[in-house]
Amino acid sequence: MSRSLCLMLVGLFCLLPINVFSDSPDPGNWEQVVASARGQTVYFDAWAGDPQINRYIAWAAEQTQKRYGVEIVHVKLSDTAEAVSRILAEKLAGNTETGTVDLLWVNGENFATLKQNALLFGPWAEQLPNFALVDADKRPEMREDFTIAVEGLESPWTRSQLIYYFDSEILPSPPTNVHALLAWAQENPGQFTYPRPPVFLGSTFLKQVLLELVEDREPLYKPLVTEEFARITAPLWSYLDQLHPSLLRGGRSFPSSGTQMRRMMGDGEISLAISLSPAEASAGIAAGELPETVRSFVSDAGSIGNVSFLAVPFNARAKAGAMVFANFLLSAQAQLQAYRPEVMGSTTVLSMEQLSAQERAAFANVDVGSATLPPEALGKTLQEPHPDWVGALEREWVERYGAR
Amino acid sequence: MNAHQLHLKSVRIALQERQLLEIDAVIEAGEVLTVMGPSGAGKSSLLAYVAGFLAPAFTASGDILLDTELLNGLAAEHRRVGLLFQDPMLFPHLSVAGNLRFAIPADAQDKEAIVSQALASIGLQGFAKRDPDTLSGGQKSRVALQRLLLSQPKAVLLDEPFSRLDAHLRREVREFVFKRLREAGLPAIMVTHDREDAEAANGVVIAL
Amino acid sequence: MGPARASLQAVLRGGAQWGLRGAPWFMLLILLAPVVLGVGLTVLPAFGYLPAIGGEGLTLNHFAALFAAPGLSHSVMVSMVSALVTPLLALLLVLLFLAAASGTRLESWMRRLVSPLLAIPHAAAAFGLAFLIAPSGLLMRWLSPSATGFSSPPDVLIVNDYWGLSLMLALTVKEIPFLLLMALAALPQIEADKRVNIARSLGYRRGLAWLLTVTPALYPLIRLPVYAVIAFASATVDVALIIGPNLPYTLSVQVLQWFNDPDLSLRFMAAAGALLQLGVTLSALLLWRGLEVVFALLGRRYALSGHRGRADSVLRGIGLLGVATAVLLSIGGVVALVLNSFAGFWRFPENLPRSWNLRAWENASLDLASPLANTLIIAVLATLIAIALVIAVLESEQRFQKRLSPSLILLYLPLIVPQIAFLFGIIVATEFLQWTPNIAMVIFAHLLFVLPYSFLALSEAYRRLDPRWSQLAATLGASQWQVFWKVRLPLLLAPCLTAMAVGFAVSISQYLASQLIGAGRVSTLTTEAVALASGGNRSIIAVWALLQAVLPMLGFMLALFVPRLVWRNRKGMRGSA
Repeated sequence: MSRSLCLMLVGLFCLLPINVFSDSPDPGNWEQVVASARGQTVYFDAWAGDPQINRYIAWAAEQTQKRYGVEIVHVKLSDTAEAVSRILAEKLAGNTETGTVDLLWVNGENFATLKQNALLFGPWAEQLPNFALVDADKRPEMREDFTIAVEGLESPWTRSQLIYYFDSEILPSPPTNVHALLAWAQENPGQFTYPRPPVFLGSTFLKQVLLELVEDREPLYKPLVTEEFARITAPLWSYLDQLHPSLLRGGRSFPSSGTQMRRMMGDGEISLAISLSPAEASAGIAAGELPETVRSFVSDAGSIGNVSFLAVPFNARAKAGAMVFANFLLSAQAQLQAYRPEVMGSTTVLSMEQLSAQERAAFANVDVGSATLPPEALGKTLQEPHPDWVGALEREWVERYGAR
Repeated sequence: MNAHQLHLKSVRIALQERQLLEIDAVIEAGEVLTVMGPSGAGKSSLLAYVAGFLAPAFTASGDILLDTELLNGLAAEHRRVGLLFQDPMLFPHLSVAGNLRFAIPADAQDKEAIVSQALASIGLQGFAKRDPDTLSGGQKSRVALQRLLLSQPKAVLLDEPFSRLDAHLRREVREFVFKRLREAGLPAIMVTHDREDAEAANGVVIAL
Repeated sequence: MGPARASLQAVLRGGAQWGLRGAPWFMLLILLAPVVLGVGLTVLPAFGYLPAIGGEGLTLNHFAALFAAPGLSHSVMVSMVSALVTPLLALLLVLLFLAAASGTRLESWMRRLVSPLLAIPHAAAAFGLAFLIAPSGLLMRWLSPSATGFSSPPDVLIVNDYWGLSLMLALTVKEIPFLLLMALAALPQIEADKRVNIARSLGYRRGLAWLLTVTPALYPLIRLPVYAVIAFASATVDVALIIGPNLPYTLSVQVLQWFNDPDLSLRFMAAAGALLQLGVTLSALLLWRGLEVVFALLGRRYALSGHRGRADSVLRGIGLLGVATAVLLSIGGVVALVLNSFAGFWRFPENLPRSWNLRAWENASLDLASPLANTLIIAVLATLIAIALVIAVLESEQRFQKRLSPSLILLYLPLIVPQIAFLFGIIVATEFLQWTPNIAMVIFAHLLFVLPYSFLALSEAYRRLDPRWSQLAATLGASQWQVFWKVRLPLLLAPCLTAMAVGFAVSISQYLASQLIGAGRVSTLTTEAVALASGGNRSIIAVWALLQAVLPMLGFMLALFVPRLVWRNRKGMRGSA
């Protein structure tokens, strides 16, 4: 008798946490999500190395506060990995309800880590009212993050593509693929550099070079087979071994971010730079950081592109508020604001076909600047390799060049 | 004026194991006991012992009796033993009046009047709001003594009180101090290097 | 007044008395417990024990992995060299400068000049220097193309260089004002002038006379600040992030990277690295101790040799030139920050920007509210708590005449033990306890550094206050509390305010304590500035660095002017700061 009572009590206690979890908002019931979001404070962990993006987030936060009564606090990260590490540590410490991160700007390797360790809330992203504007059925890249299926665990908010920009006054005809780049760099030493991996832009450059050099890209889209790594990446390392002596500072020091590279461009230290934003050059000109003679181009072999997402950790406190904010960032208004080169110059994740005629016109009317590549000039998009490769490439790079 | 008597009953002071001095003396009201001796002889320690702040490095024994009250073990602020240093030591952050008020017991009535009366008695009418640092040396000494008297001590200790004064001021201040102490009927112990001080005190002299 | 009230007062007074007696122990407890606990909680994971992420047994594998990490030996070497070179250079220049200028008008002039420089936080100073000396920096722009012939920035590695030379330069430039002021504060105690005059009357030239007679007495008095400089130089994170080497990083920055890696297994290695950092710092201190002995020996031998020295003017020249260069670099850094903060497009090698604008300031003003509020709340509260405790401890020392000095030396432990070596342990603990990072925790973390520096700034003045003031007050019938409130505190107003300004500045300059303990949620001017460093937009970095520097300056100015205002009619209170 008493034993069964004990069992019952134990059973009840086991049920308790489930009751707690039932407080999690149901993404399917949007009205209720909006209602419970009101008054919440959302801690939005996002990389903060670019003042323009920070300003945009501040603008969006203000709008969300006004419309939905949700307070957004931008937790400024210098590396997204910090937040991932914290969420993981919270889970291991048994913190399932009072996490410090409500919403996280994430993609690629970090998303893979989060998903793999079941650290994400959801699925919720496809239930957002504005998700329809993305037209994911026609554009599968919105449901795939570095080959990993998103499965509604994160909501797209901006896309990026690797572009080059250069000072047309100094460099009339820039090299348009990695082979030409090497030849040009060797003739003009000290005119180019790239951010140090594992800085995202630097790692992306490694992948771009690798994709352009390998004959068979297939293995790169599959999980990494360790034994194959050396053979497949050999062309990359031999390429970099040749390139590095011709880089700025002879490859002994690398910029720590894309913005720092932009500054070097503005100072005339380099005459060719890379970016993940097709509007980088225009934004730089508008901000008075780049000369007006800067122009952009993409590799004629196609350029690597990806989508940035927003994810909600499993233990977030303000899940409803986080979803409301993510939904706002997907709205035509927010995307239009981000699209303006003087704001952020980000390429929209929305499908023009899904927008109203008026919204389409608003996008068309934005003066993206003569230095921005129009969508049709962005050429073929190369998909991101499987995230396994990112970490492996970064480690190998650090091993080879990071610490002599 | 009430007459007080200070009695040092076989007072001994030692530093570590070394005995510095031994004194047995009765000082009557208005009398000055002069203690003379070279540096390090324990003169200042004697004053510190009587005043109630002998440094822990010293050991002392013997009773200090003020009238019938045993001072040993009493906190300095409860002993009613006043002290004059070489320097006038006027509090630099207070005005002249502030310095005097500092000494008046908390329960005194009409402190304002006491202060102005006190200033008048030392010839410093109208100096109440002055910065003490703007007074002359002699004026400072007078304020310092007046401050001491306002605290209504029952005995007074003088620690080489005139040694920093110029020769011509010295005599004037010395006479002023001894006169006021006598008037107030206070027993005093003076520590000094100076023969003239001892002679002017006109009392028992102990040479260490 | 009834007996009830009287007895209540007695109880209160008794309580205050007991509180005062306990103050030193309380202070030691709140300073030592987090450090000892934090180091302890770092030791365990270093040897593989951290059950929360699956470390159950004890192993040396993580140390093996640590030592196999690429570039580790270089990281360690840079940290070590910078820990020794920085204090050596700074101390040498300060001593030579004082030998040359002590007692002259130059000294008092320099004292006034370096006090505000001391207020500039390390991060802001590092940014300023970087903006000055980088290949595209202000100096190169002003010298080009006329003097250098460069029409584009030269391709040389200056900032973030492999050997950490610019890091050492930044630290040296920043520590010279600190050591100089510490030395100037200590000099009156040892009657430097008398010593020098005696030596000069024996035929020694002035500089040598100073070095041979004053240094041996002065050094013990500034030993602790020197040790703090060594510890800081060996383990700084913010300065190293801004201007230090990054291929590889210095040890402290590398450890931080591992700790923040999403691959949690790297936390074991980070813990091992944090212990290694502790080892590096302690080794640097030990080596320094060895240098002290050698120098003392050489100095004594030289003094006994009777040589009067011929290089006197050369030595003095080096001191004057060195300190003047450091001051000029600091000021130049501030100028570079100001110019950049208003700069529009600024093509190299133009001397000035093509256009000026307020964009960066406007931009910052929009984001300023919350970091500024956080910074002020943290700094003000930490400063107030610290000064109250410091005064309580010093008052307790006065009142019970218990020289706690030998044990009080322990309160400087947080300045000696590298921050990462114990902050990690604290983070692990808070994560385990599921404490949500909040501003109170950050304030407490700041106290660990604000308290020792405030104590360092106030203790000398407090202890050296003429004891006759309190004796006099007591004979006039004032109780110990009255003595404290009416005599000691007003007389020490200026040093107390200076100590508060120091504490305030220390709080504002904290990076790691805010960033790690606040989990990034408690943003301050410093965390914002360092976060923006990765962005590299010079105008915006300049604005934040300036904002970060302005607050401590205001603090020091208040500490300077409030006593002047309060004591405007009290001649005897002037110059008591």
